[in-house]
Amino acid sequence: MEHVNLFIKAVFVENMIFAYFLGMCSYLAISKTVKSAVGLGMAVIFVLSVSVPICYLLEKFVLKAGALAWLSTDFATVDLSFLSFIMFIATIASIVQLVEMVVEKFAPALYATLGIFLPLIAVNCSILGGALFMQEREYATLGEATVFAFGSGVGWFLAIVALSAIREKLRYSNIPDPLRGLGITFIVTGLMAIGFMSFMGIKL
Amino acid sequence: MSNEISTAPEKVKGIKEPLFSPKNKRLLYDPLNNSNPITVQVLGICSALAVTVKMQPSIVMALAVVVVTAFSSLIISIIRNIIPNRIRIIVQLAVVAAMVILVDQFLKAFVYDVSKQLSVFVGLIITNCIVMGRLEAFAMANKPWPSFIDGIGNGLGYGVILVIVSIIRELLGSGELMGFRIIPEIAYEMGYFDNGLVIMPPMALIVVGIIIWVQRSRNKKLIEAK
Repeated sequence: MEHVNLFIKAVFVENMIFAYFLGMCSYLAISKTVKSAVGLGMAVIFVLSVSVPICYLLEKFVLKAGALAWLSTDFATVDLSFLSFIMFIATIASIVQLVEMVVEKFAPALYATLGIFLPLIAVNCSILGGALFMQEREYATLGEATVFAFGSGVGWFLAIVALSAIREKLRYSNIPDPLRGLGITFIVTGLMAIGFMSFMGIKL
Repeated sequence: MSNEISTAPEKVKGIKEPLFSPKNKRLLYDPLNNSNPITVQVLGICSALAVTVKMQPSIVMALAVVVVTAFSSLIISIIRNIIPNRIRIIVQLAVVAAMVILVDQFLKAFVYDVSKQLSVFVGLIITNCIVMGRLEAFAMANKPWPSFIDGIGNGLGYGVILVIVSIIRELLGSGELMGFRIIPEIAYEMGYFDNGLVIMPPMALIVVGIIIWVQRSRNKKLIEAK
């Protein structure tokens, strides 16, 4: 039951886009049509739920203070946590590469849909953000970390698909010239975020 | 004059130019205005919005980004000719991550409170698109000094927006600036209320949207085509 709560919290209450603004750059750039938004959203779910658990294992068995104790008692006092940024980003970049190759080999149809979006994800803030939140909130088990990552991905997916649907409609509306494009997208996202704030009262 | 500068950055090889030639000055000033990284190039929005509730963390964040963009541009520009093209992204990420670790340790040592407030967003400078974007677009093709200036300029352009947004949000949201009370007590007694909504994350988006609106109505060239 705890896992379900964590999942709902990650999707709605602590939505990556509307509560923390993570992954905004690609969120604004790729949300022009629903089709490409769905592609990118799927890729983000996938990469988040693969890379955050790996970062969790890395954190637990290598980086945390005293984490190397399983190697030998000499290492029990070693604290490598200052290396976590570089280790996490290296993990994410290599996982994105690996995922790209695996998907290309075994699921060509999926690869054709995701296409150019996969490499872009390496520099999507939401992935590194997911890994860093996992570290900061100190999730107790691998299961919790995985559920949190999957939930965050689903939240991101919902947000980008919703925005792209709105933008497809916005094209036919009469917007003041200076506000057209980027400006109105910001304001629409802000209004959507206010909507999502209504989930904040939910105690899970 | 503007065209030859943007199209042929390395044409003037051999000619010794002063450190702050007009060309380099433009690299510094343009991002503050007509090619602002946030409102025009649409880079680095993620962290820009989350840290702007109060002025102090946003100033610290802006300085951190200036340092990281400037020095990673400098380093990448120095080694640009020996980076193999295929693995350049990973090389750039490694350089940026190393710079961010330095900044993070520095903040933890000297301004611990602010570093706690910024939480994961210092780490997220690594994936801040401004840094990567400028490395790809400028530092990979230009000499170290102009790249350094370009890095500072874009970092400052980012910082300006951050500070403007945080001034608006802190003034309207809690009536303070940098922790000092601006709106006098008497106003509250006469029935003035702080606007609690401005503190919430969504208002950051709307404030940035309005800044874009103002900038584009002043500079018609930036208006997007239909």
